[in-house]
Amino acid sequence: MTIEFRNTIRFLLNDRSVELADVSPVQTLLDFLRIDRNLRGTKEGCAEGDCGACTVLVGRLLDGKLRYESVNACIRFVASLDGCHVVTVEALAQPNGPLHPVQQAMVDTHASQCGFCTPGFVMSLYGLWMANAKPSIQQIEKALQGNLCRCTGYAAIIRAAEAIASVGELGKDPLIVEREQITRQLKALQDGRRVEIGGEDERVVLPASLDDFAAVLQANPKATIVAGSTDVGLWVTKFMRNIAPVVHLSHLEELRRISVGVDGITLAAGVSYTEAYPAIVRHFPQLRELWDRIGGEQVRNMGTVGGNIANGSPIGDTPPALIALGASVTLRKGTNRRTLPLEAFFLEYGKQDRESGEFVESVRIPFLDETHRFAVYKISKRFDEDISAVCGAFRVKLDGDGRVADVAIAFGGMAGTPKRARNVEAALKGAQWNDAAVEAGFAAFERDFAPLTDWRASSEYRMLVARNLLRRFHLETQETRHVRIDRTVAVAM
Amino acid sequence: MNVMQPVVRVRGAVHDKERHESGHKHVSGTAEYIDDIPEPAGTLHGYLGLSQRAHAEILSVDFEAVHDSPGVVGVLTAQDIPGENDISPAHKHDDPVFATGKVEFHGQPIFAVIATSREAARRAAAKVKIDYRDLPHVTDVLEAAAANYPLVIDPLKLERGDIDAGFARAKNIVSGEMRIGGQDHFYLEGQISFAIPGEDDEVTVFSSTQHPSETQLMVAHVLGVPSNAVTVNVRRMGGGFGGKETQANLFAAVAAVAARKYRRAVKVRPDRDDDMAATGKRHDFHVDYKIGFDDDGRIEAVEAVFAARCGFSADLSGPVTDRALFHADNCYFYPNVRLRSRPLKTNTVSNTAFRGFGGPQGMVGGERMIEDVAYALGKDPLEIRKLNFYGGEGRNLTPYHQTVEDNIIGRIIEELETSSDYAARRKAIIAFNRENHVIKRGIALTPVKFGISFTKTEYNQAGALIHVYTDGSIQLNHGGTEMGQGLYTKVAQVVADEFQVDLDHIKVTATSTGKVPNTSATAASSGSDLNGMAAANACQQIKERLVRFAAERYGVSQADVAFEPNTVRIGAERIPFADLIKAAYAARVQLSAAGFYKTPKIHWSRAEGRGRPFYYFAYGASCSEVSVDTLTGEYQVERTDIIHDVGKSLNPALDLGQVEGAFVQGMGWLTTEELWWDAKGRLRTHAPSTYKIPLASDRPRVFNVHLADWSVNREETIRRSKAVGEPPFMLGISVLEAISMAAASVADYRIPPRIDAPATPERVLMAVERLRAARAG
Repeated sequence: MTIEFRNTIRFLLNDRSVELADVSPVQTLLDFLRIDRNLRGTKEGCAEGDCGACTVLVGRLLDGKLRYESVNACIRFVASLDGCHVVTVEALAQPNGPLHPVQQAMVDTHASQCGFCTPGFVMSLYGLWMANAKPSIQQIEKALQGNLCRCTGYAAIIRAAEAIASVGELGKDPLIVEREQITRQLKALQDGRRVEIGGEDERVVLPASLDDFAAVLQANPKATIVAGSTDVGLWVTKFMRNIAPVVHLSHLEELRRISVGVDGITLAAGVSYTEAYPAIVRHFPQLRELWDRIGGEQVRNMGTVGGNIANGSPIGDTPPALIALGASVTLRKGTNRRTLPLEAFFLEYGKQDRESGEFVESVRIPFLDETHRFAVYKISKRFDEDISAVCGAFRVKLDGDGRVADVAIAFGGMAGTPKRARNVEAALKGAQWNDAAVEAGFAAFERDFAPLTDWRASSEYRMLVARNLLRRFHLETQETRHVRIDRTVAVAM
Repeated sequence: MNVMQPVVRVRGAVHDKERHESGHKHVSGTAEYIDDIPEPAGTLHGYLGLSQRAHAEILSVDFEAVHDSPGVVGVLTAQDIPGENDISPAHKHDDPVFATGKVEFHGQPIFAVIATSREAARRAAAKVKIDYRDLPHVTDVLEAAAANYPLVIDPLKLERGDIDAGFARAKNIVSGEMRIGGQDHFYLEGQISFAIPGEDDEVTVFSSTQHPSETQLMVAHVLGVPSNAVTVNVRRMGGGFGGKETQANLFAAVAAVAARKYRRAVKVRPDRDDDMAATGKRHDFHVDYKIGFDDDGRIEAVEAVFAARCGFSADLSGPVTDRALFHADNCYFYPNVRLRSRPLKTNTVSNTAFRGFGGPQGMVGGERMIEDVAYALGKDPLEIRKLNFYGGEGRNLTPYHQTVEDNIIGRIIEELETSSDYAARRKAIIAFNRENHVIKRGIALTPVKFGISFTKTEYNQAGALIHVYTDGSIQLNHGGTEMGQGLYTKVAQVVADEFQVDLDHIKVTATSTGKVPNTSATAASSGSDLNGMAAANACQQIKERLVRFAAERYGVSQADVAFEPNTVRIGAERIPFADLIKAAYAARVQLSAAGFYKTPKIHWSRAEGRGRPFYYFAYGASCSEVSVDTLTGEYQVERTDIIHDVGKSLNPALDLGQVEGAFVQGMGWLTTEELWWDAKGRLRTHAPSTYKIPLASDRPRVFNVHLADWSVNREETIRRSKAVGEPPFMLGISVLEAISMAAASVADYRIPPRIDAPATPERVLMAVERLRAARAG
């Protein structure tokens, strides 16, 4: 394998081409915009991807098609932008020119007060507008899950989002008009080379292919692998860790593949939550709500299922559901692969079954057969854009007599890892699926879990809710009316 | 010729729904915040080093690794402060810039690193080695009381009537306690200051501050220079909410000290986590109460102690805890009452101003008592509320002996009951709850009465400076600061109205201590009341001179000179405003004026606990309906209806935004926003990942917000408007009460639900469990 190298990062920034030879592994897009380029419309509110004041759009080619998504510039590394088009608020309205329809709608509806969060809201709404010119209230709320406003109470911002379509035409938007030209420019940036930047302590690598990545990692087993940077970004912005050498997965189209087979779906490790969404909700409609509640839109656009697994967090959003579904994970080292049940990957807090030089390549989720009942419940202090206090996933299969023939229950937030409730499962297995079985299951929880008390929830609450979720799951197999809060209703004023 | 004149109004006069003066800049990213100001060459950056202990002696500090870190120019400690190492706004000398000898909370600043970049300063600050000797620490109010911690300031007592007789007469007495959590401001723009040294002892500080004059004074104290050497400027803040009333001073002081020491521009901006750890918040309270009432629910006597977690220093805890007592009555007449505050010291960050300034906590306590009465009697809490409203012979005197003269709560409640269809919905909800065992619903309609004026009487003054230039354009400056509330817009509307010129002829300039001196904080909702009046006064001075000049020049009487839309009518003639200005300049008429205003009628004796601390009251009410999941404690606000009183609104669009925003912020305070300290005294909810303010999807699913457009302030405020900043914050209480009702349903509404705030899903579920057990057992 001969690999050609490039020693610069190249991307488009608004209407300019940028080529950088000197990029620190920890340089964020936000600091680059504000400090290096003096583009100060993009704000820092939290530096951890939770407030959205730094929202910009990143356009990239996926299977040759240009796609713009909102991202958090504060936790996005500059090096990861190679081959992308970065669009900031400065691109929307020309100096002394008319405002962009998104901006005009915000002004007309009095949707800004202090104004600090506003450019971020504008960019999120712009991203939504390009994808969906006439969104529903739910779609607007979903697009704004990653944007905090402390002044307005959001009502005026929702009014603005609804008004955009009447203010301007999508077809006249510069990014729509110039789409082909930008696509050509981005294609021209794709040279298929491995990008290598920086010296020993500052090394950044963007492998050219999956095989190249495997080789790079084998040669640099201590490297930090960065996919969406929604977690690693905070290692830098909050813990000031030196993460070099860094390997970015940005160029690996192979890691963005979703394959749907006859008996399951395989997500390559670099597939973002947003990319996975259509396939996930088609094949696992029970995962829709969970998926809609992962981070905010920006985080879903950046973050990956593979990263959610690989970082081993006990409160990651997807592992409980994937474990209960019987998912397996494939790891690769050099050219060697091994596959193990996902639950076996999580060894203990902070420790996964991943060898030095090995990486998570894909996760496979088998389809449910029609006899399985499945549900996942995420419980958090705030409904959207929050981290689980408890996340419980339940799968049962009943036999012809209404007995539990097969059962898998997994929890996040209840132990040092995402964990199966083996004792609860044992208590249920073979039992008639009724209240008595649920009660028997209740008693077994203490043998499975001794959860912690922290700022998200007390141990007592976690235990109580975990049990109650089993109750809910049972109830929902019996009836559907008023056993859950209906979150689908929202009326704009 | 008059008949030819079309009837026109100026654009953007008072009462118009004018857009925010910076709206177009907000949306395009061109509104300049302090971190956006282009830095002069050689600008340095400061980063604070914070205590990692809640209470400890500092044995030694080793800066070697800090100094060796790349980009470091120097380290500042208390020894580098040329003046006083103190920024206590209460002048108690208990608020050091940098701790010396000992630290009193986790997150207290000990030093600052000055470096060539913020990144370099921040990384270097983390390399310090400090040896501590731990001392016992207390973070909780009740633990502080138990440990005999001191009070940070003298407590207040409000007393009226004879509570012993009142309780003796009462057929029913309920006592209880409630915990009310604090709140982080979570302004989107964090604290920031940028200091530029001048000649001699001068320094100019760009500070994200609500109180430029105090920032000026503190910087002067810390530098050991007179106030005239310090200029503080602020064009706008990215949110304040009280969090930049005193808390900005620390960052201004550090930036100024560094700027003087290194003779370079210095910017200081903490990371969000450090901002939340090192700056004060809304006070947490513990309320201990006893209420006596008759069988109808009519209150006979109230006694309550409001203990507050003040943190390590006084800061504004005195007036904050005072205001809690001032609002413990909310809209209710207490025939016999004794209220006491207990401002307790704790080893936590010093708590400070936050929208409502203690009032919300007092009001939540008062409403908790009402709720207890209702559940004790098995009645609708609204019935108890209405029974006890101020009004009627001998029922208008507050616990602080001010007579309520402008009461309009009855009409507001009546209108809201109708528009929200309260009675029918409550009935339907009770029926729903009988049928459903997992999801329970609740509804509550709660009133607000909020007193307007600084309780520190001297703060109720303001200044403005208006220049009219020879081209007829007007520059407006006043002592108030813009933090998003639209103050600049409203005051400009007042000026447009006074001169009868279109709003775009008026430019509002950054608030500066160099233009208007000795200003009060933009706080206590007072911004437009005070500064609007001061600006009007300045306009009137200029207008008087113009009228005198015009009458003389044209030989008409002064009564025949009138300011009409963009023109001035002089006798039978009309000339453009700009032409009059040009002529006046040529005739050497002064076209600039400093305006002034002081609020009339108010007085207050803290020692006696009596007076008229408030010029007037603002009123409002909200009705919220919630669904609660009794398996998890999760909830959703299904609908909220609001009617809120802003008098005759200066700008109904901006006022509506204030009401909507305040409600959601108040709701957040009482639901998902939880401050959580660990055993080491470290705040663990110190970033948006862990501290959860409301999102767009948390706002009520149906949200009907209206201003009481019939209301006119009976006092002579600016154009008969009322203050709007704080009062609607307390409309959020209806959400807590609605959740309480849903929880109470599991015990047939006969046991007071007593959910502490914030009502996180955990607290709600635990209350449901408790109520179920109480009912069963």
